[in-house]
Amino acid sequence: MIRVAIADYGAGNLVSIARAIEVVGAQPLVIGDAEALRGADALVVPGVGAAAPAMDRLRRRGLVEPILAWIRAGRPVLGICLGLQLLFDGSDEDGAATLGLIPGRTVRLANAPTLPHIGWNTVDWVGHQPLFEGIEPGAAFYFVHSYVAMPDDPGVVIAESEHGSRFPVAIARANLLAVQFHPERSGADGLRLLANFTAIAAAATLDAPVTALA
Amino acid sequence: MLSRRVIPCLDVASGRVVKGTRFVDLVDEGDPVELATRYAAEGADEIVYLDISAAPEGRGTLLGLVERTARTVFIPLTVGGGVRSVSEMRDVLRAGADKVSLNSAAVADPTLINRCAVRFGRQAVVVAIDAAREPAAGDSAAGDSAAGAPLRWTAYVRGGRERTELDAVAWAERAVELGAGELLITSIDRDGTGAGFDTELLRAITDRVGVPVIASGGAAGPADFVRAIREGGADAVLAASIFHRRIHAIGEVKAAMAAAGLVIRSTAGVAA
Repeated sequence: MIRVAIADYGAGNLVSIARAIEVVGAQPLVIGDAEALRGADALVVPGVGAAAPAMDRLRRRGLVEPILAWIRAGRPVLGICLGLQLLFDGSDEDGAATLGLIPGRTVRLANAPTLPHIGWNTVDWVGHQPLFEGIEPGAAFYFVHSYVAMPDDPGVVIAESEHGSRFPVAIARANLLAVQFHPERSGADGLRLLANFTAIAAAATLDAPVTALA
Repeated sequence: MLSRRVIPCLDVASGRVVKGTRFVDLVDEGDPVELATRYAAEGADEIVYLDISAAPEGRGTLLGLVERTARTVFIPLTVGGGVRSVSEMRDVLRAGADKVSLNSAAVADPTLINRCAVRFGRQAVVVAIDAAREPAAGDSAAGDSAAGAPLRWTAYVRGGRERTELDAVAWAERAVELGAGELLITSIDRDGTGAGFDTELLRAITDRVGVPVIASGGAAGPADFVRAIREGGADAVLAASIFHRRIHAIGEVKAAMAAAGLVIRSTAGVAA
């Protein structure tokens, strides 16, 4: 059973994510410090709310460097909602500088008829995407956000949705995966996506023995 | 495309589902987690718990219930009732809620909305407004627009028992300025009556705010849900008794919405 660390930095609903990870057959480890990350095979960076307070809390818990090191080592990560946005350079929401792992910025969702964008929206992905394996094309996932990360390189975008304009909702760069919606709140399709992530992580763990990551 | 949401609301007290008419005459209607699970399977887009006991000694019961629900049901959960501070909101979110709805405490101290929005993001802050027409139902004009006077609604607090001096529409606008990410608008006049949603109240608010509005109070049948969206401009519709008592199924409501050309989320077992 693979162990999936869930970064706990003081806000949001971790109960649902931890339970969803458990339901799809992995072992959730809610981690509040760098030490606890050592025993994990994969990492989920969740989060809701604004970027600046989130970055402050990650820093206070000493989690910024370990997360950066984890991702730079190519180990499996799933960013969810704010956890996706934090991977980028910075956010227009409050001007915060974020992790800077993916070039691009988080900007306010343009031309939206209502904001925040709250509810179930259809997600469109192109071609075969392991993260969406077994999910019907055009399935709906649950969103709650007003800002959206816009990568400089459109090549990392694997799925889009529309709310006034089209915008990226899922990105992938090798084992770095992230979604703007909440799979842990998106019913059976969301659980399937999390199962796909744990399968991707399990395969990556086999490919990269721990000795290579020291 | 973003779907219009159908949201069953579970009024809870001491860990049980209860429902009354016009906020009184409470009747026990079952176990919240059992009902929430059934609704999720039937295609509910979200679940709302309103803790109507809201007694301080009941907080532990509520948090336990929220956690049991979040561990069982993988659709969004909004919890309201008795949240008076940022730390109480944090406790409810940490127990597994996705959003918290503020009502009386936000009226008493509107800065609470802003403080919660700054801490947790505005998407987690729902402001619930219980509104009644002026003059009150039973008065001679009976809130009838044909009387010529402009329609007005007043906000009530403490589960609809206490009148405030706030114009409900103005309060809705203010709440959004302060950081509400969503509004839950309940017509006290219609709640539990089956007379249909107050679409004029909804329209007055949806014309003035840019956040999603959830319509509540008065649903009798699927056509009412369609009207709340078409005529009231609501993004989501909420109901309790008609679902609890199996008068209408969520699938039936969604089928009527789809037939009316509204975008819904179709799920297994839901005719779309």
